[in-house]
Amino acid sequence: MGTHTYVGRSTPRIDGADKVTGAARFVDDLAFGPDLLHAEVVASPHAHARILAIDAHRAEQVPGVVRVLTGKDLPFSFGLYMKDRHVFARDRVRFVGEQVAAVIARTPKAATRAARLVDVTYEELPAVLDAATALADDAERIHPDLAEYPHVPWFYPHPDTNIAHWRKLRKGDVEAAFADADVVLEDTYTVPRYAHAAIEPHAVVAQLSHAGRLTVWTASQSPYTQRHLFAEALGLSHQDIRVITPYVGGGFGGKAGVTMEIIGAALATTVRGHPVKLHWSREQEFANTYQRQGVTAHLKVGARHDGTITALRHTLHWDAGAYVEYGANVVNAAGISATGPYRIDNVHLDSLCVYTNLPPGGPYRGFGYSEFTFGLESHLDRLADELGLDPVELRRRNAIVEGDDLPYGAPMNPSGLREAIDRAAAAIDWGVVEPDPAPHVKVGKGFAAFWKAPAMPPNAGSAAFLKFNEDGSVNISVSGMELGQGYLTAMAQIAAEVLAVPPARIRVETPDTDRNGYEWQTVASHVTWSSGNAVLAAATEAREQILDAVHRAHGHEMASLYLEDEEVRSTDDPGLALPLREIVVDGVQDPRDGTFKGGPVVGSGRFMPEFATTRSDPETGQGGKPNVHYTVGAAGLVLEVDVETGKLNVRKVALAVDAGQAINPVAVEGQILGGVLQGLATVLYEDLRFDDAGRLLNPTFTDYKIPTALDIPDEVVPIIVEVAQPDGPFGARGVGEHTMIPLAPLVANAIEDAVGVRLTAMPITAERLFLTLDGQPD
Amino acid sequence: MRHDITLKVNGEVWPLDVEPTDVLLEVLRTRVGVTSPKPGCERGDCGSCTVLLDGRTVRSCLVLAVEVDGHEVVTVEGLSLDGLTALQEWLVERSAFQCGYCAPGVILSAAELLADTPHPSRHDVQEAIAGNLCRCTGYVPIIDAVLAAVQASADPIAREG
Repeated sequence: MGTHTYVGRSTPRIDGADKVTGAARFVDDLAFGPDLLHAEVVASPHAHARILAIDAHRAEQVPGVVRVLTGKDLPFSFGLYMKDRHVFARDRVRFVGEQVAAVIARTPKAATRAARLVDVTYEELPAVLDAATALADDAERIHPDLAEYPHVPWFYPHPDTNIAHWRKLRKGDVEAAFADADVVLEDTYTVPRYAHAAIEPHAVVAQLSHAGRLTVWTASQSPYTQRHLFAEALGLSHQDIRVITPYVGGGFGGKAGVTMEIIGAALATTVRGHPVKLHWSREQEFANTYQRQGVTAHLKVGARHDGTITALRHTLHWDAGAYVEYGANVVNAAGISATGPYRIDNVHLDSLCVYTNLPPGGPYRGFGYSEFTFGLESHLDRLADELGLDPVELRRRNAIVEGDDLPYGAPMNPSGLREAIDRAAAAIDWGVVEPDPAPHVKVGKGFAAFWKAPAMPPNAGSAAFLKFNEDGSVNISVSGMELGQGYLTAMAQIAAEVLAVPPARIRVETPDTDRNGYEWQTVASHVTWSSGNAVLAAATEAREQILDAVHRAHGHEMASLYLEDEEVRSTDDPGLALPLREIVVDGVQDPRDGTFKGGPVVGSGRFMPEFATTRSDPETGQGGKPNVHYTVGAAGLVLEVDVETGKLNVRKVALAVDAGQAINPVAVEGQILGGVLQGLATVLYEDLRFDDAGRLLNPTFTDYKIPTALDIPDEVVPIIVEVAQPDGPFGARGVGEHTMIPLAPLVANAIEDAVGVRLTAMPITAERLFLTLDGQPD
Repeated sequence: MRHDITLKVNGEVWPLDVEPTDVLLEVLRTRVGVTSPKPGCERGDCGSCTVLLDGRTVRSCLVLAVEVDGHEVVTVEGLSLDGLTALQEWLVERSAFQCGYCAPGVILSAAELLADTPHPSRHDVQEAIAGNLCRCTGYVPIIDAVLAAVQASADPIAREG
């Protein structure tokens, strides 16, 4: 692996200067002309209600108001995996904050003022605010039309219930295995809802030209998927829609798929010629995009005295919210992987996507794995205790290895799980008891392993174009999004390695669906792998064009030609050193007759996993190959508990993740440092709270506290493991989401080690811990 | 009723007429065309709209435009009119930011610190940027880069030619 020039070397981000100078433009920064209009939505105050009437008369009188639109005017439905969501609520609203109408006005102030004057008459319906209530036989049906919603073939809705999708996985015989087990352990764990809290709120500007061309500027992870869903919902041709995504101010899944952007796109169709801007406030950002779904997990594990886990029953009831067009696939992903990275012969998984009258659930960094990993990795520590085994040793013994059967039957990819376990354990001096610093301050250590696969359609593809410029510099166009993870730089490094051009001489910019090739979405931690393969192919094609031109002009054997230091060289001819800048546009001059060979060098590349399939037995989940590969890792944590206050101080986190090949190690470390803090936040500080009418109680950063620079662990140790992914570019696989997955059980396990109490509900705030220590658990 | 004000932004004088309710953040973004101060929460929680007002950091979402008549605003564009400062160079060198949305505000908070405290401790840096929320980085690379700039440069916020 040490043989690369650019891949595997920490490289400053190619978008660094844009970001430290204010040059980076986000959607709300783009300038439009005086015909720019502003939209504001009218939001439902009820969690569940019939819409009886909408009267826009008062709103229309506000000076500056152009139009007021409702679901009658724009009766469009949409959805990524299941079409259950509406541009505007029509017959009923299903969560507090849902858009029922919108005002378009000449100024933001007029739009906001008028939106408050739209009179909507509702008839309230019973609100279903948690999954357990929603699953009762007599529960109010939130989607009476569930049977009619189009959906992907791997979903199994249960019409006339609130179950939008039920993923089952059955392997071996769990009941027999529980009967034979030496130890059986059972408990329930709960995880609340969370907000992505990207610092940039969602924003969209859309314009339908008088010629019928729709251009949409969005803060999005998914330009192509947005274009597709706009085309489907609005009945336009793909060629007539152009989605431009400038820099995006954080995504974490919250800007995947389509949420509020379709409102802007639909509104623009009613005011031809005018660009229309819709910009979410922070409160709307919390209440009406996606939220991470809450889950209640029932776990039953059986094991032999030697530590072999023989059986797992894992039942996940997801509070998926009012619309599950994206969130149902989170449920699906967890439902085929909720064993964690372990070889278990007998498995029984049920993952139920349950409609509730809370905001729509959806993708959030970790995509279901963070949620189930809290219960699973907490439970494994308790199993180790029952067995009298070291928790790290229990994980080592059961760690899945290459070729083992995955829960759905296909073989596991190569992985450095055992190396990750060993290195993370060593980094926190696992097994060494640290002295308590004070009588009321107890030190504990926790450990957890994790895995995650990209969750996506089996045929999610990537395309890339590459061209050389007159001075030998390079432009690459791709449609993955730079969310901050360092994607643009990684793509530059991959091309740099093939073309022997430094990454700093390669420009990669954010997408425009008119000009850049296809990319399904920047989600699932898969673009380094997938788009990286497309860029690798494009660069390889460009390289072949260059070498072929030299071969034809100079006569050197193709096999002797290679690129180095921005020159073409030959192993047969030490005298050959053709600078790329002289030949990549103008061609290579044939010294014999003065003609030129070659021409402007342009490469294209594409990638699609051709082995994946979601076809499987609906009753057992066996038979398909829904996941392309798993990325694995392990982490250890050391903390102090102040038993007088419940306050925690995280001394150290060591997290090891198997990147296959880190294209840019500093970016992988960045994912670890950022993911660790985001994961800690879910266990130490954050959760979304609702009142008994389904209203969100903490839709601000005043009340939904995300960590500041003073809330970081004393030390974070990033550990990069590299066991190559055979079909990855230079062996790479993704790591972006994985780094936040193990944090919640790490903290729970360390608390148990420090003070001997087991908390089974997140978040573990100082208050909750203190009350538990004080003998009054909630 | 509109008010005539004069505002200096990054060294340029801007005569403007504003409504009493106009917020400095919006005036900078839509009237002056300086877009590095970002809307993030519009209630003073997140710090992404931070600017220097007469050399001190303020949340421009909490300042009315009429309040700053005759005053001077510096944004991150104004820090690097003639090239990057050493502070910015080190933030690039260390790949300190990810999405970059918080970056203009963080940089101005760090610049204010370094103007007051040329040799800050690690805790000083954490304290100085604690009002600027970042969801991507875990803050560590930013803190490290600020400290590296202090180590490497006599005046990390001076404009480099």
